[in-house]
Amino acid sequence: MIALLIRDLRLATRAGGGFGLGVAFFLVLSALVPFGIGPDRAALAPVAPGILWVGALLACLLSLDRIFALDHEDGSLDLLATAPLPLEGTVAVKALAHWITTGLPLILAAPVFGVLLQLPPAAMPWLVLSLLLGTPALSMLGAFGAAITVGLRRGGLLLSLLVLPLYIPTLIFGAEVTRRGAEGAAVQTPLVFLAGITLAAAALIPFAAAAALRINLR
Amino acid sequence: MSIWEYANPTKFMRTTDGLLPWLVAGAAVCCVGGLVWGFLTPQDFRQGSTVKIVFLHVPAAMMAINIWVMMLVASLIWIIRRHHVSALAAKAAAPIGAVMTLIALATGAIWGQPMWGTWWEWDPRLTSFLILFLFYVGYIALWSAVEDPDSAADLTGVLCLVGSVFALLSRYAVLFWNQGLHQGASLSVAPGERMSAVYRYPLYLSMLGFMLLFLALVLIRTRTEIRRRRLAALQAREMRA
Repeated sequence: MIALLIRDLRLATRAGGGFGLGVAFFLVLSALVPFGIGPDRAALAPVAPGILWVGALLACLLSLDRIFALDHEDGSLDLLATAPLPLEGTVAVKALAHWITTGLPLILAAPVFGVLLQLPPAAMPWLVLSLLLGTPALSMLGAFGAAITVGLRRGGLLLSLLVLPLYIPTLIFGAEVTRRGAEGAAVQTPLVFLAGITLAAAALIPFAAAAALRINLR
Repeated sequence: MSIWEYANPTKFMRTTDGLLPWLVAGAAVCCVGGLVWGFLTPQDFRQGSTVKIVFLHVPAAMMAINIWVMMLVASLIWIIRRHHVSALAAKAAAPIGAVMTLIALATGAIWGQPMWGTWWEWDPRLTSFLILFLFYVGYIALWSAVEDPDSAADLTGVLCLVGSVFALLSRYAVLFWNQGLHQGASLSVAPGERMSAVYRYPLYLSMLGFMLLFLALVLIRTRTEIRRRRLAALQAREMRA
């Protein structure tokens, strides 16, 4: 499992792996929003939590098709499927690798973009914490979507159509944590829900994704 | 005699052949009856004549949810027992469900405009119906994207299972997110909250009509799918010969 994780991380960080693309996309998005809404601090601050969460979600979506597509093309996915490691484990490791290469840089960069979008300083820790708790669920659900669309020729658009509705609960609770943090309200309830979604996704989604992969590899 | 006999396409075709005219007639009578009876009801003292849209709105909304549940059951039967008719029925039901969701959203908007003064509000019920519609669209898109019919049935089945969990989760997440304008249960059995009998009975009839309409449509569409499969099999045999 660890060998697979290291292999995936290496592939992602080498040339053409698309590492950091998500963060760059996030930066562009954060730079575009003020052009659309206006540079006014009073206008930006209330929408900042939502924009940051939607931006993280879209940046995450951007690299989803890489989870399985490249391995499917060169045939290593078939080898992984016949390997002694259960396919559920493979899915979990690949989702983890996706989170480390996409989710983690986003979390580290988020406070900077928060400053760009005039997010109140009080909300910064909650933004980071909510992303830390929420983005693993995004990677997990994304791995499920990628597993379903892996065999399709034009799977990219379908992937986003399938995955984005699944992201809704995570987005609601994640943005709610940040919004409440900005207002100084109690954040415990949405935070607990967010953690619950992530834990449940980590526990159950690998089985669904592995089932989808087995169907596609038949 | 077990219900699984109907998993045999030939048996299914024969049975539904006899059943279908009755279903269509029943659906027509109940739908027209419910809607006309509903149209002749007196005006509500607060809502005026706009209350009559309820006879379209509530049955469509009910069916939008029930069709997804039916798809879930059919997908489970396909995944567990590999009955092709079940998978085809789930496929046939999805566009009907999507249209029902659209009817509920559209009639809701038309009703909401005079009553709430807005076509759309990010109310939990409205939002969860929009989300349900997105799930229907994704499900239909996946069916049309996968070429191999058995893989398509399997993949959409898995999507339906995961989607059901998340549709339900979204339903309660949006409750947390925003409190809305929509009233609670429309058909509460508690006295005092209950709708007046003048409106209730035409509504029941109209709901029955929508249910029969769905049954008739889903059977017709499933029969079409079975015939399409047979045609494809014949063509494949022709190609080989």
